[in-house]
Amino acid sequence: MNHTMSAKSASDLHQVSDRLAHNALRNVNERLIELVLFAAAAVSVLTTVGIVYVLVSESIHFFQNVSIVDFLTDNQWTPLFDDAHYGIMVLISGTLVSSGVALAVAIPMGTIIAIYLSEFANPKVREVAKPVLELLGGIPTIVFGYFALLIVTPLLQKIFPELPGFSLLSAGLVMGIMIVPYIASLSEDAMRAVPMSMREGSYAMGATKLYTAIHVVVPAAVSGLAASYILGISRAVGETMILAVAAGMQPNLTWNPMEPAATITSYIVQVALGDLPHGSIGYQTIFAAGLTLLLITLVFNIIGQWLRRRYREAY
Amino acid sequence: MQPMTTEQIRALIARGKLKDTLFQAIGILCLGIGLLVIFLLVGDMLMRGMERLNIEFFTEFASRRASQSGILSAWVGTLLVMLVTAAAAVPLGVAAGIYLEEYAKRNWVTDIIEINITNLAAVPSIVYGLLALGIFVYTFGFGQSILSAGLTLALLILPIVIVATREAIRSIPAMIREGSMAVGATRWQTCRYHIIPYAMPGILTGVIIGLARAIGETAPIITIGALTFIAFLPPAPFAPTGMDGATAGMFDWVMSPFTVMPIQIFNWTSRPDPAFEVNAAAAGFVLMGMVLSMNAVAIWLRYRMRKNIKW
Repeated sequence: MNHTMSAKSASDLHQVSDRLAHNALRNVNERLIELVLFAAAAVSVLTTVGIVYVLVSESIHFFQNVSIVDFLTDNQWTPLFDDAHYGIMVLISGTLVSSGVALAVAIPMGTIIAIYLSEFANPKVREVAKPVLELLGGIPTIVFGYFALLIVTPLLQKIFPELPGFSLLSAGLVMGIMIVPYIASLSEDAMRAVPMSMREGSYAMGATKLYTAIHVVVPAAVSGLAASYILGISRAVGETMILAVAAGMQPNLTWNPMEPAATITSYIVQVALGDLPHGSIGYQTIFAAGLTLLLITLVFNIIGQWLRRRYREAY
Repeated sequence: MQPMTTEQIRALIARGKLKDTLFQAIGILCLGIGLLVIFLLVGDMLMRGMERLNIEFFTEFASRRASQSGILSAWVGTLLVMLVTAAAAVPLGVAAGIYLEEYAKRNWVTDIIEINITNLAAVPSIVYGLLALGIFVYTFGFGQSILSAGLTLALLILPIVIVATREAIRSIPAMIREGSMAVGATRWQTCRYHIIPYAMPGILTGVIIGLARAIGETAPIITIGALTFIAFLPPAPFAPTGMDGATAGMFDWVMSPFTVMPIQIFNWTSRPDPAFEVNAAAAGFVLMGMVLSMNAVAIWLRYRMRKNIKW
């Protein structure tokens, strides 16, 4: 009896120690898994670090050869010619003009669609319209480039016969259409977040729907609207293929949308299409251009975040 | 201020109503323009590209003669690049999403990761191309291969997958986790057997939307220097490579040069000969078909999900 007792307790002990070992193993496993998951999340940070590292390190090589004053003030951009000039303003002008055209289309259209969908449309229309807008936003930009070059430019040439085959105008217009869904969707979300009681208050005073939308809902949602515009600007500034296809790729310091011009992005594409040796100054220019592009989007994003905080209304 | 007569009040109300109606008309017009653009695009590409949309178009390589060109290397390239992109972006994105929702403590490390993901979504795609050119192509020495392109696009869509995963996980009520942990499951077991399966439809939607975005991306792939004229396919696994009976390895294709649909379209639109416009239209129609059907699947999935799941 004594014997069996001890055997039983021994097997109990075994069980307990087994379970403890099992638990310990389990804890180690859990820690390991958490580490793996954390590593995956850290990849996004590594991506940012990588972007900054690549752009900055190549740009440092570039600025050892080209003075930063020339880079910012020269009014020619001919890095691949014998008589090389590196005036980034040439590319920035193309970028700003095309973005300006795009936003002149996208901001009014996007805002009107957003107001219509959030304040006027019945839910059925909204259920259909939102996916359609998403589809519009999902169209590959190369297809939009084709659209700008082969459909919009000929149409515009009927109105402005002197318009060249490549122009910032047609590329910008199509870019605007491309950005509309982003602005409309984000603005609509912002306006729908405005509490119903504010609208009801306005209606109770006898205001019409349009008056309520413009004087109550839009001011209340203004931080969200600003955020959507900033996203639109980022998209416009960073858009590449529409411009590469439809705006021509010759550098041209101009503020006239009727002319062809290169942008920062289309210049990078042009160089990448050629065959520049790794480490040459021409190769480094695309990183300097890329850094400029990133800084421009960064500035707009900081402004956007500031606007959001400045005008945020909490309910 | 003088009191208004009934007529004046009526006129005021009528004016207000008229403005409302006018605005509605403008709103519908703006929406209509968006719709019109889609129809115009698809219609034009179909009409123009009709004559090239046959079987040969899918089974022929690109050629100097427009009428004999096809998109074989382009669609195979697109498929393979998407394979690499999905293989990299899905595990990474889902794992990151799970970490941020289920594991991360509220501290500065988590804050940095979150701010980072938001900012990465606003980085222009061509900048990813420059990153890939510096890191994947030259530092890691992957060259201008399917692997480089796939990883680049994976980084590009990572924020989309992460955000979709997080939203899907966030919609699962806390009682599911509590129930699971109450019967002794660990955190990972809860994730593995409850959170991930329930979040699956949402994650899938995000992955499809991300891939639909990646499939149409041109700029980053051009930036890494992908060739535009490719008249061969990447080696199939274990295919014979030469006369001495050697075979390609299982994964030799990832290091192969390639072309993808958008680059093929870009190549054709940038040629002066208008005969290539027909090819560009046909290829554009095929690409649009791919992207729109992927988006349609995602929208349908989301619609079904919203209808079926009631906690």
